[in-house]
Amino acid sequence: MRALLEVGRLPRGERRRLALAVALSAGATAAAIGLLASSGYLISRAAQRPEILELMVVIVGVRAFGLSRATLRYAERLCSHDLALRQLARLRVRFYERLWPLVPGQLRRGGGDLLARFVGDVDALSDLYLRALIPALVAAAVIAGASFAAWLMLPLAGVAVLASLTLAALTLPWLSATLAARADRRQARVRARLTGELVESIDGADELRMLGCTHARIRALADSDAELSRLARVDALVAALASTLGSVLTGVGLLVVLVVGIAAVHAGVLAGVLLAALAFLVLGAYEAIAPLPAAARSLRTCAASAARVHEISSCEPPVVDPPAPARPSGAGELRARHLGFRYGPEEPWLFDDFELSLAAGERVALVGPSGVGKSTLGELLVRLREAQRGQVTLDGIDVRELAQEDVRRAVLLCGQDARVFNTTIRENLLLARRDAGEGEVERALQCVELDGWVRGLPDGLETIVGADGELMSGGQRQRLALARALLADARFLVLDEPTAHLDAPLARRVMDRLLGACAHRGVLVITHDSSLAARCSRTLRLVENVIE
Amino acid sequence: MPAPVDRRLLRESRAARTHLTLVGALALASAALIVAQAVLLACIIDRAALRHASAAALEGKLLALGAVLLARAAVGGGFELSAQLGASRAMSELRGRLARRLLGADGAAPAGGPAIAGAATGGPATGGPGSAGPAAIRTGELAAAAVQGVDGLRAYFAGYLPQLVLAAVVPAAVLAWAAAADPIAAGLLALTVPILIVFMVLIGKGARAQTQRRWQALSLLSSHFLDVVRGLPTLRAHRRERAQAGMLAEVGERYRSETMATLRVAFLSALVLELCAMVGTALAAATIGVQLVDGALSLTAGLTVLLLAPELYGPLRQIGQQFHAAADGTAAAARIYAVLDQPPALQAPASVAAPRLATSRVAAPPRAAPPRAAPRVASPRRAAPGLGTPRVPDPAREPVRLRAVDYEYPLRPGRVLERIDLELAAGEITALVGRSGAGKSTIARLIMRLADPSAGEVSCGGADLRAIDVERWRAQIAWVPQRPQLFAGTVAENIRLGAGDADAERVREAARAAGALAFIEGLAQGFDTPVGEDGVRLSAGQRQRIALARAILRDARLLVFDEPTAHLDETGAARIAELLPALAAGRTVLLIVHHPQLAEHAHRLVRIEHGRALETPTPAPATRAMAVLA
Repeated sequence: MRALLEVGRLPRGERRRLALAVALSAGATAAAIGLLASSGYLISRAAQRPEILELMVVIVGVRAFGLSRATLRYAERLCSHDLALRQLARLRVRFYERLWPLVPGQLRRGGGDLLARFVGDVDALSDLYLRALIPALVAAAVIAGASFAAWLMLPLAGVAVLASLTLAALTLPWLSATLAARADRRQARVRARLTGELVESIDGADELRMLGCTHARIRALADSDAELSRLARVDALVAALASTLGSVLTGVGLLVVLVVGIAAVHAGVLAGVLLAALAFLVLGAYEAIAPLPAAARSLRTCAASAARVHEISSCEPPVVDPPAPARPSGAGELRARHLGFRYGPEEPWLFDDFELSLAAGERVALVGPSGVGKSTLGELLVRLREAQRGQVTLDGIDVRELAQEDVRRAVLLCGQDARVFNTTIRENLLLARRDAGEGEVERALQCVELDGWVRGLPDGLETIVGADGELMSGGQRQRLALARALLADARFLVLDEPTAHLDAPLARRVMDRLLGACAHRGVLVITHDSSLAARCSRTLRLVENVIE
Repeated sequence: MPAPVDRRLLRESRAARTHLTLVGALALASAALIVAQAVLLACIIDRAALRHASAAALEGKLLALGAVLLARAAVGGGFELSAQLGASRAMSELRGRLARRLLGADGAAPAGGPAIAGAATGGPATGGPGSAGPAAIRTGELAAAAVQGVDGLRAYFAGYLPQLVLAAVVPAAVLAWAAAADPIAAGLLALTVPILIVFMVLIGKGARAQTQRRWQALSLLSSHFLDVVRGLPTLRAHRRERAQAGMLAEVGERYRSETMATLRVAFLSALVLELCAMVGTALAAATIGVQLVDGALSLTAGLTVLLLAPELYGPLRQIGQQFHAAADGTAAAARIYAVLDQPPALQAPASVAAPRLATSRVAAPPRAAPPRAAPRVASPRRAAPGLGTPRVPDPAREPVRLRAVDYEYPLRPGRVLERIDLELAAGEITALVGRSGAGKSTIARLIMRLADPSAGEVSCGGADLRAIDVERWRAQIAWVPQRPQLFAGTVAENIRLGAGDADAERVREAARAAGALAFIEGLAQGFDTPVGEDGVRLSAGQRQRIALARAILRDARLLVFDEPTAHLDETGAARIAELLPALAAGRTVLLIVHHPQLAEHAHRLVRIEHGRALETPTPAPATRAMAVLA
């Protein structure tokens, strides 16, 4: 809940917007109630056959309520959506700034799902106002207003309205949210299992077919499905009972006010014409209560999202700049000494006592089986992670004494999963250096043999590559990332599996040209391909630290 | 608003139809109770307001009102319950169909990855690996999306559909009763309904496009954020992470202002709807008032109509609010049907199996499929007994032949294989080499009958594979795919998959033969260590060796190795290569390789290039290797 409060804090200007949205929404509900109550009064009064002129005043009132209800609702919708969208943009920026120092250091490999959930959670939080807070505040305002109006007509009725509405407004959302939470808890495990089973069965469908296990699998899936359905049935029953209870509460409220009103009319305390108004007031006021159960469920979801986001964003950044960073001289080597890394104090060492030296113009290959920590090593060299043992030095200075900015200006890591962003090819390339000229871009593309492909595209360099570079093949994405690395003016390049998605002849050509273009740079090639390693002057081995 | 997909959903799903019937009955009950409540309430207010009746005098009516309110609450609860239950049943049914289809239990597994993946993304996979391995992975992704899509249908079944029924039943009942009580006011109300419906249609049509654009923009924005977040390591490597915060703010603001412009228009239709409802109610109230002054109407009748007015508009307005549930539901259904409509991978040659199969259950033919790509669906399980070919040839003793085989994925132009002639000599190791995407894996799939050729014939010992019982044929084959799938369960369970009766000792022996024993025993719980999604993470090499153990345990006649060393380093590859000769003894082996070390053991090397087979002279080292074995 504390996380939610922190997320929910609004800047001053936004608080005014929130107040306006609540006022508009409450006004719209009040107008609807006013329409019903005044119509009730109008009809009751008409039945007493007064002067038609007297009725005209009420008729004007009825119409005014009707018109204002629609326009207020329209204004409220715009206002609250505006608020939600502003909040969404703000939350994204805020949590992005907390997140970036944590990636990749705080996350293990395969943290992609975590990131996707983080993004989803941040987006979900923008619902907080639209679906949870505004309805709650509006309900409070309407309950107060309706009770006051009823109290003006008949004090006892006012008390009855206040009591019945408050009871419903507190009980129903609580009940609904609690039951939803319970259903989630009960169903989540089975649902996750079923989804997991389905996904792995589908991924491995051919293998199951070959093993003759398909039918057994289908039966197992049907069992999980049946279990989920059984749980869902019970939960649906409970939820339906709760919503029945809600309607019963509404009905009881109406009856109580009605009986109080009838007695008052009978006793002559209340004018007969006001009875209909009173009854309609109660009926209308429940409109403000109706969205509350959904609001409570929304609040619960938001709280869960807020807690998860908070948990991630409150992590300490694993890598921080020193208070007074030294400056690299720009003319030394990149070295690793006795370097050791593990993910946590309880985890096994991925590697230990690793030694490396890389001078300008030198090509070194780092080979080793997959899963041994080659990529992590690459991240250590550019200080995206911190080693637990040993040190990395640049120009003889420990990278911990340098600004990260300076380290990464000198050493560029082209990761195995280097991202191609959903923008133009040119923007993707210029990421490395904003001021790279047309000729440099062309040369970089030539080097990785993408120049022909780009020329063949209708939009050339301005082609948008699609989400996750989906319009390109894996090999093309990889080569684009290499061209990008080439554009950067780093002194050292760390290339992590640069040719994993290329076929052998192409890989050879690309690497030859790439290494040729890097005559004055130091290049470390991380690979499991020995023919690639053969193109380097030295080969280092990283050996697996687990029992084989 | 229902799109064709909705209708299909109802037509094909029995659970959905039952669901709809029950919901309809409850909607009728609910309409009756709404009218009863209005009449009773109007009557009570009339007596009390005009004639100052005491509560005691109205006791009967008040009790009746209480009973109606209670009944309404109960029917409302029942409505909700039946909506949820119906949704659960319909979803369960769809999930089952989807699983059976994707796992191929109905004898018609979808033909291939690229076809599905291509249809889903519309993106070309140019230069991408077109072989079955990676393509199948993309199928898996799509399938997962479809599975989650089933959950997306809940809002449709539990929300939109019941609301649609309610909107059809309740306003009609309300109008009918109001017309009897006060024809003039009812007429006024009735007049507003067509206007209302016109705007509903507008929401459904014009605003739908707008709303969809808005949702698209929203998902675009969301994917931009995700793109940036996922690319953080790259951004940080290029020192661009700080600049992106500004970009995010800018994109967010641009999106906000664009969206607000759209919303101003999109909410207009809701505004008109609302105005219609409110003005309708206000006009009706005024008309009733004037009639009352004239003495042409009783207060009870007037109040009844007034009370019914909101009930007329309520369900109609609700429909508009359920629009997203409907849109999401149809989108989810479309995704699911994209999978269900995949043409099957297996076919039966007309000459052998036509008589029975032509009349057998035929999946709804996909509209988009070109005629030649949509062969008849044949259930091989049912096909076999009708064919009278109980003999299943033994691939370890009889050669497997491909004759003039073409293959192309349904729904996707271009042949993967073209006039392939190939023979796997019995008891020998045949290696297929060639670039990725050349069609090597497809050949293996044809031999394993995971797919049937578009033209030509695959046979063993002279018998067309399509005429052989598919389960019995596959039972003779062990396959180690490129990226073996481990299923949630223990290591032992994974090895035992497909040989359920194997005891612990045999499992252990298989693991030893696969070179997996050492690392398995190094795991915390040995053979009982859970693997898969929630279990321990195994390296590619370890997974490969578990799959190998699985294959060994099957004691198959034909072994198919698909790039067994693609994801291994040299030591790992060498270890697999060492195991190969012993595994091949007494069996026929099909080896798909790009690694020279493995190909050394082959008796015959066939190079596949652009879907064509080129025989390569047997490499000398292989002869030596085999000589040693012999």
